[in-house]
Amino acid sequence: MPPKRPRRQGIACDAAARPCRLCRCGRLLRGAAAKHELESESGDDSRRRSSMRLFRHELRSQMRLYGRSRELAFFTFALPLIMFFLLGSVYGNDRIKSEGNVRGADYLLAGMLGYGAIATGFAGLSIMLVIRRESGILKRVRATPLPAWAYVVALLCTTLIAFSLEAICMIAIGRIFFHTHVHNLFSLALALVLGAAAFTALGLALTVLIKSSEGSSAVVNAIYLPVSFLSGAFFSPHSFPSALKAIANALPLVYMIRLVRDIAIHNQQIWNRPGDVAVIAAWGLAGAIIAARRFRWEPQEG
Amino acid sequence: MTPVVSVRGLTKSYGDFKALKGVDFEIRAGEVFGLLGPNGAGKTTTIEILEGYRRRDAGEVEVLGADPAAAGLDWRGRIGVVLQSSAMYENLTVAEQLAQFAGYYEHPRPVDDVIELIGLEEKRDTRARRLSGGQRRRLDLGLALIGDPELIFLDEPTTGFDPGARRRAWETIRSLSGLGKTILLTTHYLDEVEQLADRVAVLREGRIVASGTVQELVGGAPATEIRYRRNGEVVVVETDEPTRVLHELTEAAIQRGEELDGLEVRRPSLEEVYLSLTQAEPE
Repeated sequence: MPPKRPRRQGIACDAAARPCRLCRCGRLLRGAAAKHELESESGDDSRRRSSMRLFRHELRSQMRLYGRSRELAFFTFALPLIMFFLLGSVYGNDRIKSEGNVRGADYLLAGMLGYGAIATGFAGLSIMLVIRRESGILKRVRATPLPAWAYVVALLCTTLIAFSLEAICMIAIGRIFFHTHVHNLFSLALALVLGAAAFTALGLALTVLIKSSEGSSAVVNAIYLPVSFLSGAFFSPHSFPSALKAIANALPLVYMIRLVRDIAIHNQQIWNRPGDVAVIAAWGLAGAIIAARRFRWEPQEG
Repeated sequence: MTPVVSVRGLTKSYGDFKALKGVDFEIRAGEVFGLLGPNGAGKTTTIEILEGYRRRDAGEVEVLGADPAAAGLDWRGRIGVVLQSSAMYENLTVAEQLAQFAGYYEHPRPVDDVIELIGLEEKRDTRARRLSGGQRRRLDLGLALIGDPELIFLDEPTTGFDPGARRRAWETIRSLSGLGKTILLTTHYLDEVEQLADRVAVLREGRIVASGTVQELVGGAPATEIRYRRNGEVVVVETDEPTRVLHELTEAAIQRGEELDGLEVRRPSLEEVYLSLTQAEPE
């Protein structure tokens, strides 16, 4: 993920000097300074410990930042819950004939969990990251001793934690207001984590395509709202024209929602649905590969 | 003494455009070094190579004993960076922001010390989005300083400031220097290097065209100028012996019973030296 740094090139190097290997501090060690390497004999251990400390620090910081950003929290966290409440009030008690006569609220809950995953993992994360990249925050963080992985993983964990809370709220709202019932909580949790992880990877990849903060919410909304609609997050896509269904079937959200429905409504387990799992994982992997190769820490504008 | 920064034969191209055509300089421990030049001269390219953001095409670069292109996380803990535009989390307060970045370093300076140093005591619990431009820039300085670095890079730290804000930023930079930090400062303002820098290098079109202390730069420049008006026309006399020439001129005028209208004696300012260096025809 960090821009590739060339290995030592053209460094002034005398014969006695050698790079400090233990702590990779980049110092060239000569004579007395070579003691530095010896002193940090447990360098690997202490490095690992300090990496973990940095990671925990960053995770706390990112959670606070997520909570502080009201627009982001509303847009990705509250909006799917509100939509669930509104749509559930509209057709929660109806039976959906085209979908095996399931109750509207049960059907909708699965769609809204998918919508929550794409809103939080994909839309929210990519908008936030583009804004941070374009304002130079990511570049500034790269100049500190915080390892790149710690920043990215803390951000992904924050996103997953936010989505987990959202999913719990969603399931609670369903139970309290619409008498929904979900089966197989363990399988369901795995399916939700898989879906959310895939969308966060795609969210990271999407930042590669967006060049400016101003454009970020426009581009992101233009992608994730139609995708949610086509994938049947809001209501059954049964009566959609076949061309639209074909588009939806090429995208990951349809598979995630179907997987969640099969588990929560039709009492299936995630391991009985390897096809859906494979499609979601493949999209996530593609996103992760693009992100790993093309993710930028520096502003792309100007 | 080993220099903190040493740059030899540094070149960098973007496509066909040669941004740096062989730049050499050294920065010694504890000094404020000014990299001065007009926009597009290569200042930011140079500083970003030293910070490890950009790769060089050729040349030797050593910063704090390491090659910035290959240096590790511990090396990053020894530098502080202020980018050309301020970058911070808008939703964090001054103190929270500093505490967050402090957590990245082994031995950070105490947050309240830094707040005092940048003069934002009254804004301690104000979120960044509510700070003025000058206050944001001082917080930028604070974020660069929080890790207690040995070397601080400041890329155009006061561009776009009103005079009061610039003066306060200068005071902060002076206090950093007072802590014994080595500072590399880029700027296109002459008064800034006159105020702050121990030594200056003037960069033009990817080359260093002059370097030395401010005194040396001005001293190596054309002679003193004496101007006055005679019969409505401006007369300019350039001389290396201003005392004698002035004496002769005034003596002659007194004997003729004339007044030398608009008499001025000027040493070339750094500004004129700078303009003569940066506006010369490209070779």
